[in-house]
Amino acid sequence: MTDTETARRGPDPETSESLSKQTRRGFMFKIGAGLLTLGGLIIAAPIVGYIFAPAVKDWKKRRSWVSLGKLQQYPVGETVLATYKNPIHGPTVGKAEDLPCWVRRVDESSFQVFYINCAHLGCPVHWFQESRLFMCPCHGGVYYEDGNRASGPPPRGLFEYDWQVVRNRLYVFAGEMPNLQIPGRLPKDDLTPLTVDGVDYSDGKPVQPASEKSGGQA
Amino acid sequence: MMKMLKGAWAWIDDRTGIMGLLGPPMTHHVPRSAKWWYVFGSCTLMFFSIQIVTGICLALVYAPSADTVYDSLLYLNYDVPAGWMLRAIHGWSSNAMVFMMLVHMVQVFLHGAFKFPREMTWLFGVALMLTTLALAFTGQVMRWDANAYWGVGIGASMMGRFPIIGGWLTHLVLGGPIIGGDTLSRFFTLHVFVLPGAAIGLIGAHLMLVLKHGISEEPKPGSPGEVVEKATYQAAYHERMKKKGVPFFPVAAQRDMVFCGVMLIALIVVAAWYGPIGPGPRPDPTLIDVTPRPDFPFLWIFAVLALLTPSVEDYLIITAAPVLLLVLFLVPFLAGTGSRSASKRPIAVLVMILLITGLGVLSWLGVTSPWSPHMQAWTSDAIPPTFVKNRSPLELQGAIVLQHSQCRNCHALDGIGGQRGPDLADVALRLSPSQLIRQVQQGDGNMPAFGKNLSSAETEAVVSFLHTCHPPGVRPAGRPGARIPQLMELDKKRSKN
Repeated sequence: MTDTETARRGPDPETSESLSKQTRRGFMFKIGAGLLTLGGLIIAAPIVGYIFAPAVKDWKKRRSWVSLGKLQQYPVGETVLATYKNPIHGPTVGKAEDLPCWVRRVDESSFQVFYINCAHLGCPVHWFQESRLFMCPCHGGVYYEDGNRASGPPPRGLFEYDWQVVRNRLYVFAGEMPNLQIPGRLPKDDLTPLTVDGVDYSDGKPVQPASEKSGGQA
Repeated sequence: MMKMLKGAWAWIDDRTGIMGLLGPPMTHHVPRSAKWWYVFGSCTLMFFSIQIVTGICLALVYAPSADTVYDSLLYLNYDVPAGWMLRAIHGWSSNAMVFMMLVHMVQVFLHGAFKFPREMTWLFGVALMLTTLALAFTGQVMRWDANAYWGVGIGASMMGRFPIIGGWLTHLVLGGPIIGGDTLSRFFTLHVFVLPGAAIGLIGAHLMLVLKHGISEEPKPGSPGEVVEKATYQAAYHERMKKKGVPFFPVAAQRDMVFCGVMLIALIVVAAWYGPIGPGPRPDPTLIDVTPRPDFPFLWIFAVLALLTPSVEDYLIITAAPVLLLVLFLVPFLAGTGSRSASKRPIAVLVMILLITGLGVLSWLGVTSPWSPHMQAWTSDAIPPTFVKNRSPLELQGAIVLQHSQCRNCHALDGIGGQRGPDLADVALRLSPSQLIRQVQQGDGNMPAFGKNLSSAETEAVVSFLHTCHPPGVRPAGRPGARIPQLMELDKKRSKN
């Protein structure tokens, strides 16, 4: 289109340049673009939230105490496989909710409970009673009976659970699969008390509810 | 009859313009020299189409929920008519697609077909490679068995190598705090919706660019189009195609059709003969007697992760994928012009030889995985008779300690047993008795220390047994002490018998 033609007909209404210049069509364009952007953002918010919710949720706070059964199952000085149902899972988890762990009874009153996952890349470690070693079938990581790294590629020892013994039962604080960024044991303050028959226990001892404590002091 | 059909087709073409749409791409001119080297891309596309069709069929029965999925796979294998065949074709065609894609990529690289003006074609190709590998990995997870379960666990543990965001990434991948139903659903969504959709889009773009720039000529040294110069290449190429090119369909496409046909028959034979891939043992985490292994495209990664020293592993896990991708993306920009012939690009050829050799060796190591202890070796692998013949009671007791302490899980005797540590058949030649004691008690390198777990009597027994492990007629390494003559006496006696 030459300059003289433009002068005669006015700007072409179909070009985007003219759309943004012209008053009424330009206004409609802006309204349309604005509404679509707004609507898109409103739809995007739940979509992004939906996809990333599992990532941002603080699963550590949702861990809880699960029972590994009576103490009699765990002979002193031995390490045995125990299983429990993971306290956090969806409705379609199937057999994947049953998780194994290694329980080592160090003496009458102290335990070490190890996650099944190798600290290298998460494969299930096997306990060998005779050589008192854990071995991993994937890349050959080996650990001593106290969970310390013995050899192979693992960058650290086995992950451990927080545990306590209440009324002759062993409990572990479970809920998450550990890796180098997700610790097995948590700082003491992050452990919630275990409630058995209406009594709260921490570290194997009953804890007085906060209200009673303050009442006693007054 | 034929007349009627022709008339109907003419009517459809008139109303839809379908020939106008499909005709030009099908008959666009390609170089006469594009012969058997040029069939791998079409073949990859054929395998992808098979994946789409069989995948849709499998989805009719497959139940993507962690509590039912394994049974639905068994149902497909054993009950659903032809279900086993569809699973077999889907599984083997996936292997074939990955393999064919790699062959296509090597051909494009060696023929310099990624050079100007086809840089974007290469970039879309690299994106397609990523998508294909992602499809292969998520496909392995669809086979929700023990291998898939622990494979996802390995992925999650790798996420844990990322500082700060590691935990966040882990839960993003797993869709929760453990491997469970949400994990399977995530991988299912990727495998069935996101990745195939992405692949279709990328293939569209890839093919569109192939049409836009034309297929490159076979780069024989001295032939036209072998040397790429930005100023002249495009015009000269299109001129040559106009004059000397042949229509893709039906001239050049014949070879694609023959090759694809042969591969298709081969796929059907392999699928029918070997049957569906898996599922392996049930995905029950409490059944820990498993040896998780990845599918073939990832065996080399499995090998790398076993062989790296712990000190560099984190850095490699975090940087390897982005760096490799960046290098692949940069290829057409670093070497975008110049000679295309492999015979004039020694560095490119060398890089390719190193890559193929490296990946091949690592994959083979992944298959044999000598770094993995043999978990059953201590109970199932016998001690060869030559190692117990004419041994003293103490030495025999040592053999029992060796067996009972799971030494065989990592150490072979004459090739039988684990390969993680050295074969013990001739260990007496390498270590003297005092060195053996030190090695057993304190461990070294990749060997754990057995000091706490073996009594001194057991250690003495096992060392006296190991001291007899050497070829007949060759003296074992001595110990600076009084017992050598006695041991040598014993040795003489033994070699006499």
